[in-house]
Amino acid sequence: MSGAETVLTIERLTVDLPPWADRPHAVEDVTLELRHDEILCVVGESGSGKSVMARSILGLFPSRYVRPSGGRILYGGEDLLAATPEQLRALRGSRIAMIFQEPMTALNPVLTIGRQIEEAIEVHQPVAREERRRRVLEMLSAVHLPEAERIYKAYPHQISGGQRQRAMIAMALTLEPDVLIADEPTTALDVTTQAQILGLVREIQATRRMAVLFITHDFGVVAEIADRIAVMQQGRLVEHGPAEEILAAPREPYTRALLAAVPDLLPAPPRKAFAQAPVAMRVSGLEKTYRSGGLFFGESARVVHAAKGVAFEIRRGETLGIVGESGSGKSTVARCVARLVEPDVGEIRVGDTDFGRLSHRALREARRRVQMVFQDPYGSLDPRRTVGKLIAEGPIVHGTTPATAWQHALELLELVGLDRRAAARYPHEFSGGQRQRIGLARALALDPEVLIADEPVSALDVSVQAQVLRLLSDIRERLGLTVLFITHDLRVAAQVCDSIAVMRQGEIVEYGLTAEVFAAPRHPYTRELFAAVPGRAQSERRAAAATASP
Amino acid sequence: MRELARRFFRNRPAVAGLAILLGVVAIALLAPLLYPGSPFALVGTPFQPPLGRYLFGTDQLGRDLTAEVVHGARTSLLIGLLATTIAVFVGATIGALAGYYGGRVDALLMRLTEIFQTIPFFLFAIVLVAVLTPSIANVILAVALVSWPPMARLVRGEFLAMRTREFVLACVSMGMNDARIILLHILPNTLSAIIVTGSLMVATAILIESGLSFLGLSDPNTMSWGYIIGEGRTALRSAWWVCTIPGVAILVTVMAINLVGEGLNDALNPRLRTA
Repeated sequence: MSGAETVLTIERLTVDLPPWADRPHAVEDVTLELRHDEILCVVGESGSGKSVMARSILGLFPSRYVRPSGGRILYGGEDLLAATPEQLRALRGSRIAMIFQEPMTALNPVLTIGRQIEEAIEVHQPVAREERRRRVLEMLSAVHLPEAERIYKAYPHQISGGQRQRAMIAMALTLEPDVLIADEPTTALDVTTQAQILGLVREIQATRRMAVLFITHDFGVVAEIADRIAVMQQGRLVEHGPAEEILAAPREPYTRALLAAVPDLLPAPPRKAFAQAPVAMRVSGLEKTYRSGGLFFGESARVVHAAKGVAFEIRRGETLGIVGESGSGKSTVARCVARLVEPDVGEIRVGDTDFGRLSHRALREARRRVQMVFQDPYGSLDPRRTVGKLIAEGPIVHGTTPATAWQHALELLELVGLDRRAAARYPHEFSGGQRQRIGLARALALDPEVLIADEPVSALDVSVQAQVLRLLSDIRERLGLTVLFITHDLRVAAQVCDSIAVMRQGEIVEYGLTAEVFAAPRHPYTRELFAAVPGRAQSERRAAAATASP
Repeated sequence: MRELARRFFRNRPAVAGLAILLGVVAIALLAPLLYPGSPFALVGTPFQPPLGRYLFGTDQLGRDLTAEVVHGARTSLLIGLLATTIAVFVGATIGALAGYYGGRVDALLMRLTEIFQTIPFFLFAIVLVAVLTPSIANVILAVALVSWPPMARLVRGEFLAMRTREFVLACVSMGMNDARIILLHILPNTLSAIIVTGSLMVATAILIESGLSFLGLSDPNTMSWGYIIGEGRTALRSAWWVCTIPGVAILVTVMAINLVGEGLNDALNPRLRTA
């Protein structure tokens, strides 16, 4: 990009946090400039202050306790921090527009898409109704929404997540702003949709020569679209500069650590061949269908095939990954296999036991053989029990004496890298990564034959994610665990899985050894998934560099 | 626990409510010491105004109104507490079973709850007491029977939401039986909602009891606030105090309980508080 003129300048911005927060400032002494015709990516982990920083440009503070206490934000010669509410309102949407992470909640569910976009025009410009409509339709086509007329009349719940985000972008662009602030706009989307939206943002930015401030936690996304990068940590700006420079040679240790935490897309070297090992779990012909609606109004029932003829086997010590986007049925499969959800048909064998057909009572006894680690580090631990009790409870239920179970729980805490003293504390005292460790310890307490991990790291920051993944591989190696690993993230799958199964719409479309699937994906959908992984080119460059200079 | 107390005591209206409530409880407990003997005893000429020989004056039969109100507090609180305890127990059990098991169990139990909810609750209480003969035990039963449905609905909702939470799935996958999951894992997590609603139900129970005894549908040998008002209403124009003083007692007690309930709600659910 040329050394273009500056559109917006943030000068020594400091935003205070309330006195009871864990640090005094959400944003501390940040100076940044946003230039015409470029995408500036602000990267940071959760709690780094990146969102607060971006939102303070429009005066959108999360609560009245979060207030700017120093610095200036200059736009068109004016300090936005000193602007009156009327002045800010005139700027919002028309000169500086914003798109949000969750398009479902950012759109009003009771208004049509067309109406909402028209409203954006209405509040800023006196334009006749017909003209408004024409402009909205034009915008909807500009963001490549098919059948603009239909979308115009649709309500937010009637279109897909990707389409909603496109509609949000259309809304943000109708008044042709100079600055677009995008706050994690693709985080809630699937990889393939994310790739399309990133492409759209890039294209729109280039044709309209806008300045885009793009907030993200994902270095893959950064590598895809950034012209310049600013890295934030704990409210401070750690490093900023041109994208190529930072990605190729980060100066600050924190940036290096963040980059290193992004898992490689190149599969880890195969551990060993499991073909000779006995089968720990075999699933065949698994089917699960959900029906909804269709009771009244003569409409037909909506039928979703969450699992259709799913079959796989995991040998002892092996890790099988099930990869898929949201709605592919991968979580349903995990829950059916653990018998938390009853499958319609299908056989589930654990060792020699017909696990899928056990009676209620026998199942309770046998459940210890299949244990699960859940996705949500905040929802998966009973908030009213101490960590020690949470871990010891399983074995106690199965007849271990409380003293032995407690002793074992303490050992497990050490195994997952936590202090023994953690046993007496409650889950809310721990961070997300620590809670996932506790969840793992709880699952291991029953000494399961198969461990099911349902997106165990997807709610965590990259650096924490890397730690938990390392722990998981380490423990797997030490205890010889058999793991069924559910994930939407191909990078994560590449690092931990020996074989993978790719699911789409309830079916396994590709199934094989990780190394083989990654080297030569056979199914078009798998290839599409690979192509959509953000920062792919960057990863490949890095991998090439790594092999060139060992 | 300490944190909870700290949050509660920061809330001034709640502390005031608690002080009043404790005062009422103390008076109720000390009634036999303060006014020994029966509150039905005649002590002097009827219709003596308050602040004369007797603090609150006398009623139409010449009974000491202060003694009546003080003894009446015992009845009101006793019935309020016992009826609410029964209602909470019944409501929470039905709600928990319906919410946890869902499906047919849920449909059946909720239809049952709806049957109770479609009958106007006060008329239902009147019918129950009238059929069962007015006695303290029957009044408690009647009040409990008409107050459990909202509790059942609340607990069902909480259980329904908790049932799909991952920590409950984790319990299931560990092989725990249903009783253990319901009692040790889900119930403690719904306790704050139950306590708050339960505390407010005490206030309603006191009101229902007062209404019943106002209509003469309570134990005629037990003094209660509603009974005094009912007896005194014929003389409302000439002797306002006979109705007013027990009325104010009901108002103050119910208000105090409501304040405490609200305070508990804020202390137990700090996230819902407005910043």
